[in-house]
Amino acid sequence: MISFAECSARERLALLLDPGSFHEWLPPSERVTSPHLAQLGVPSAFDDGVAIGRATLDGHGVFVAAQEGAFMGGGVGEVHGAKLVGLLQRAQRDRPTAVLLLAESGGVRLHEANAGLIAVSEVMRALLDVRAAGIPVIVLIGGANGCFGGMGIVARCADHIVMSDVGRLAMSGPEVIEASHGVEEFDSRDRALVWRTTGGKHRWLTGDCDALVEDDVAAFREAAIAALGKSKPLTLAALEDEHALLTRRLLALPGDNTGRDEAVLLWRALGVVDAEQVPDLSVDTVRALRVI
Amino acid sequence: MQWNSLVTQLFGPYHGMRAAGDFLQGEVMFEGEPLTVIGTTNHAPIGVRLALAQARVVLDTVAQHPGRAILLLIDTQGQQLRRRDELLGINRAMAHLGASIDLARRRGHRVIGLVYDQALSGGFITSGLIADACYALPDAEIRVMRIPAMARVTKLPEEKLTALSQSNPVFAPGVQNYVAMGGVRALWQGDLQAALRDALAHAPTDDVRARDGAERGGRQLAAPVVQRVLDAA
Repeated sequence: MISFAECSARERLALLLDPGSFHEWLPPSERVTSPHLAQLGVPSAFDDGVAIGRATLDGHGVFVAAQEGAFMGGGVGEVHGAKLVGLLQRAQRDRPTAVLLLAESGGVRLHEANAGLIAVSEVMRALLDVRAAGIPVIVLIGGANGCFGGMGIVARCADHIVMSDVGRLAMSGPEVIEASHGVEEFDSRDRALVWRTTGGKHRWLTGDCDALVEDDVAAFREAAIAALGKSKPLTLAALEDEHALLTRRLLALPGDNTGRDEAVLLWRALGVVDAEQVPDLSVDTVRALRVI
Repeated sequence: MQWNSLVTQLFGPYHGMRAAGDFLQGEVMFEGEPLTVIGTTNHAPIGVRLALAQARVVLDTVAQHPGRAILLLIDTQGQQLRRRDELLGINRAMAHLGASIDLARRRGHRVIGLVYDQALSGGFITSGLIADACYALPDAEIRVMRIPAMARVTKLPEEKLTALSQSNPVFAPGVQNYVAMGGVRALWQGDLQAALRDALAHAPTDDVRARDGAERGGRQLAAPVVQRVLDAA
């Protein structure tokens, strides 16, 4: 068992895809770097924190991108974003079996502020174009930095999300919420609370991810292969179903829960038995608890 | 600008728009054609509830009024920064709003965004930035995060970021920078009705923002990098 969380982006690609099949576009040797970091005295990376290319997965031709959490938390800057957009536009043109996005990102790279924000929005539109073309986009989340901010939205625009139990998927990071509304609102040092709010088990029980796996590269590979060919068109009916699901969830959680754990309340309201036990249960056991 | 004064300029004194809390909604007539208007006011934070309220109107418009244009009026301090919203999957609710607007566009609705006061990050990505095209009033502000929070996250000195936000288009909140970078198509000045008429008639349906950013000189690398990926061996 090899921990997905502890691998670098390139190690994940090497282990997840068919051996030796990854062919990178704009590799580090081409030195396509950020135009904005130097003025801040911040070092740049020769791949701007993301590796993109084509490969095979179980023999199927796929396009793939992997964000490197060790470089600026996987933040999306102008070049990083443009590499993702280029990959997605190329997928529309060349029609691979699927596009895999190994997402590990804090969202917009704040060092490139405005340019990063527009870039994330371009990624979102390009991803929805690929999905509308019937090519499934599969997002894999299991890096130590999680998948946050604009990339948390982008991930939810994909056809399929695979998460490990140590993976995190959300919008604002706990530190940002704590800084904004105080430690009573969200204690970012309470790791158990952070995982109950954003972690893989929670996202699985609520239906926010489509597969929950162990923190194991082989498990991610297996789940990605299982998702190949599973395009989920965003029709009006599909969006009405989504709307109903999100509305039910909003109404399921009572308004005033002083002193009670809201994650447990929500799981229970969603029909999960033994909701209090969830944090201590194995991935296999939690997988069987979902009723949504 | 106040939303009331804005819609009065656009649609006349009997515009029929109403506010429920921070949420704006209306079916207005513009030059003889019905138009769905959705918006927020009071620098509303966008949480799960407000994202769903907006998505509801978009989906109803798609279902009941095929092809009707949609105008998004933007004034937001960004996403709601609350643990409860995170627990409820605010990222999924916002993705749902974005996907609903995207569906409307694909089914032939023109969707126009207008930042009339302020726009911040999360609340903007799934509204103006996912429209066919986004416009702004000259006094509006668009930013990613307030400077103190940005300094905390990036660990860069606040003074340095403040200085950059005066001069550097990547950091400055002025909408003119967003025009230069291609994120905002144009500013609406003077005759707002003429500006809306022009947007409805001429807003692009493809994403041309990277190309605009390169041509206008505000974001020089995005378009060529995309092209290099398309051309790579």
